[in-house]
Amino acid sequence: MKVIKWLIGLIIFIAFFYFNFFIYEGDFLLKLVNVILLSAFLVLLRVIFGPTTADRIVAVDILGILIIGITGILSIYYNESFLIDIGLIWALLSVIATLAFSKIFEGRQLDD
Amino acid sequence: MIETIGIILICIGVAFDFLGVLGLIRLPDVYNRLQAATKCVTFGTMGILIGLIFIKGFTLFGLKALIGIVYIVLAAPTAAHAVARASHRNRIPLADISIVDKYEEDKELKV
Repeated sequence: MKVIKWLIGLIIFIAFFYFNFFIYEGDFLLKLVNVILLSAFLVLLRVIFGPTTADRIVAVDILGILIIGITGILSIYYNESFLIDIGLIWALLSVIATLAFSKIFEGRQLDD
Repeated sequence: MIETIGIILICIGVAFDFLGVLGLIRLPDVYNRLQAATKCVTFGTMGILIGLIFIKGFTLFGLKALIGIVYIVLAAPTAAHAVARASHRNRIPLADISIVDKYEEDKELKV
């Protein structure tokens, strides 16, 4: 059973990287954005199937940091500097949400 | 030339992002997942922003990316520490293969 899961994951990753770097005809920065989007999809799987609440909190925190990378690469591609601001605000709200969730999860109140 | 260095730094950052998320998927425990994902993803995003500074120079792009780097370095370990402390106090069990728990021993010594 474990070998079958390994094989399925390996085949999916090899198919994705082959399609992304050899078949898809786009700019090189867009290919890198596709790799980060695959990472964000894996993080969403951890959010959905996470066994405990702490896993979900960790996954949402990681997703907020990945957004900064995506908007940084896109700001080079489109040559617009306001895209980094969107990533900064997203990460700020994500970190505040993580702190608040972990405080409630520990059993304390927010003004403690 | 300096643009090539920036592209290489961005590639290193994207690779670190992907490997960190792979650790988040594969590792058995919430604490292992926390340390793998937080360290790798923080370093990867820092690499992407440093590459952006190399490509664009110290224009508006570079200053915003510098603010982003300082913010990530300050904020991501704080959030990870808060989550780890909360999950340990809420009795989330360690994985079966783990052999030592220093925080539990410290709490027993204090009481």
